[in-house]
Amino acid sequence: MAILINQNTRVITQGITGKTGQFHTRACAAYANGKNCFVAGVTPGKGGQAFEGIPIYNTVADAKAASAATVSVIYVPPPYAAAAIDEAVDAGIDLVICITEGIPVRDMIRTRYRMRATKTILVGPNCPGVITPDEIKVGIMPGHIHRRGPVGVVSRSGTLTYEAVGQLMEQGLGQSTCVGIGGDPVNGLKHLDVMKMFNEDPQTEAVIMVGEIGGSDEEECARWVKDNMRKPVVGFIAGVTAPPGKRMGHAGAIISGGKGTAAEKLAVMEECGIAITRNPAEIGKLARSVLR
Amino acid sequence: MKIHEYQAKEILRRFGVATPRGLPCFTLDEALAAGRELGGPVWVVKAQIHAGGRGKGGGVKVARTLDEVKQHARAILGMRLVTHQTGPEGRVVKRLLIEEGADIRTELYIGMVVDRSSQRVVLMASSEGGIDIEEVAASTPEKIHKLAIDPVKGLTTDQAADMAHKIGIPDAALPQAAELLRSLYRAFDETDASLAEINPLILSGDHRVMALDAKMNFDDNALFRHPEIVALRDLDEEDPAEIEASKFDLSYISLDGNIGCLVNGAGLAMATMDIIKLYGGAPANFLDVGGGATTEKVTEAFKIMLRNRNVQAILVNIFGGIMKCDVIAHGVVEAARQVKLAVPLVVRLEGTNVDLGKQILAGSGLPIISAGNMADAAQKVVTAVRGRG
Repeated sequence: MAILINQNTRVITQGITGKTGQFHTRACAAYANGKNCFVAGVTPGKGGQAFEGIPIYNTVADAKAASAATVSVIYVPPPYAAAAIDEAVDAGIDLVICITEGIPVRDMIRTRYRMRATKTILVGPNCPGVITPDEIKVGIMPGHIHRRGPVGVVSRSGTLTYEAVGQLMEQGLGQSTCVGIGGDPVNGLKHLDVMKMFNEDPQTEAVIMVGEIGGSDEEECARWVKDNMRKPVVGFIAGVTAPPGKRMGHAGAIISGGKGTAAEKLAVMEECGIAITRNPAEIGKLARSVLR
Repeated sequence: MKIHEYQAKEILRRFGVATPRGLPCFTLDEALAAGRELGGPVWVVKAQIHAGGRGKGGGVKVARTLDEVKQHARAILGMRLVTHQTGPEGRVVKRLLIEEGADIRTELYIGMVVDRSSQRVVLMASSEGGIDIEEVAASTPEKIHKLAIDPVKGLTTDQAADMAHKIGIPDAALPQAAELLRSLYRAFDETDASLAEINPLILSGDHRVMALDAKMNFDDNALFRHPEIVALRDLDEEDPAEIEASKFDLSYISLDGNIGCLVNGAGLAMATMDIIKLYGGAPANFLDVGGGATTEKVTEAFKIMLRNRNVQAILVNIFGGIMKCDVIAHGVVEAARQVKLAVPLVVRLEGTNVDLGKQILAGSGLPIISAGNMADAAQKVVTAVRGRG
């Protein structure tokens, strides 16, 4: 089962002819069923050409009409990335996964506003993407560290998610789907949205939730988990040592106005019955323990 | 990106926000000339640093004669101003703002920030101005009014007037106050601000509202389309190590500890700091080398970390995905040689080509301490620092 994407998903790559788009499209096509999944690319002005056998179209609408793809992944540079999301939304794409880092917040506010009345789901921006191991990967994560299995992973971080996956593998635990929701303040799916999907997914038996300082998304998710989640949840929050007022790399990772501290998030998560650890080297072991 | 009060006021004036007349000064002579030009009878001499709490720290003084303007300017220019936002080391004042005094009847607060949960710009306003708004939010949250602004319609006149009314602005001043709020939003929106704060917004005896202080921060992601904002950057207000790091596309933040950390990815970098602390050490920095680290980048990262004299050991923690461990290992070996590394170096590699990476480290002839996982790495680096103490 898994969530969001599986081996039958068909994907359009927006920004397929850029350096990043080329590199990752090649890697995604080479992963599991990727060769059959990545069916079209979009670069305005390059319609009619092809990238390693994948036909290129001028617009998402053209690519969708020609391929029946329902998902798009975006590698378009930051100044144009929000417009690329808008285009995918207008073309009626079901799921847009935006990898691009560095999109102006003002652009994302407008894009999210336009999306209110649509059914399109957005993952990201500024995220590693989504992988359903041994079926399909849509994004920039290393495919080879993953295996199919019972643990769902949702995270704001990239490499910290790989770390968690690496620890799961040491415990012999595969993953149902790993979702990188990204580190930007204005984004698509939140921890809570992904948690609800994992709750309904028969393959997922436990969920790892990796958060960061900043905002209150993890707390909102934790409160929902307390009342609704039927599966064990393991949590870690990065940034216990982060000083207030300093942005830690990600645009959203900042403690401001005394809010969004790791300690506060961990306390709420613990209160809500989530198995938390303050040691990032213990995430895998903790997941193993809640599954027993 | 942050700017000074006088720069924020210049921007706000362009959008129609009323402020006292004022002039920025870099020297005593300029301060005196500004005092003359403004004419008095009351002046305010304000230290310009990128931190709040300047008044409490002695960085804001009222003058009633030109002589006093000079005295205050002499006292404040070059002083080391310590506020709750500067840290104990304070900040040396290199710029002043000389302003005409204002007739203050009431002090109010207005601010705008990007709100994550509503995914909009939120206007916050309070009748409790002139004091730390975080204190107001903590002690009397009911006194802070909030409104999420529709990004297409903007802040409407009705909404603005309603908000002005809620914070106690009298009817006579409502139209002007509403217009000021709308101007503030236009300034926020059109400059890609991430924060705008007027604290206090004052109501004068003749029922006019005016921005007595102003603070604006900007979205770093949007600076590419605002050269006029980039031009306002004051490098004196930034950590030299952070400036140097940004030249090489490294995300670096100085911290108080003695263990330098070099990590790929912001989340993993924070987690690495956390685990160092958990095992009894203290991180000297946050450093994210990003996804495409080259030998040059890693070398620069080492140089920047080692410029901090507190650093007694370095921990490199890399989870190679796209970034291959062998490439990083080459970079680390090369960097250690170039900087003639004299402190213990613990390296933990995981992910793509990890075995090859470990071989390169082991075969380098350098005394690199290899770690099997994050916990092992943290323990080893903490032990290494203790061994030196």
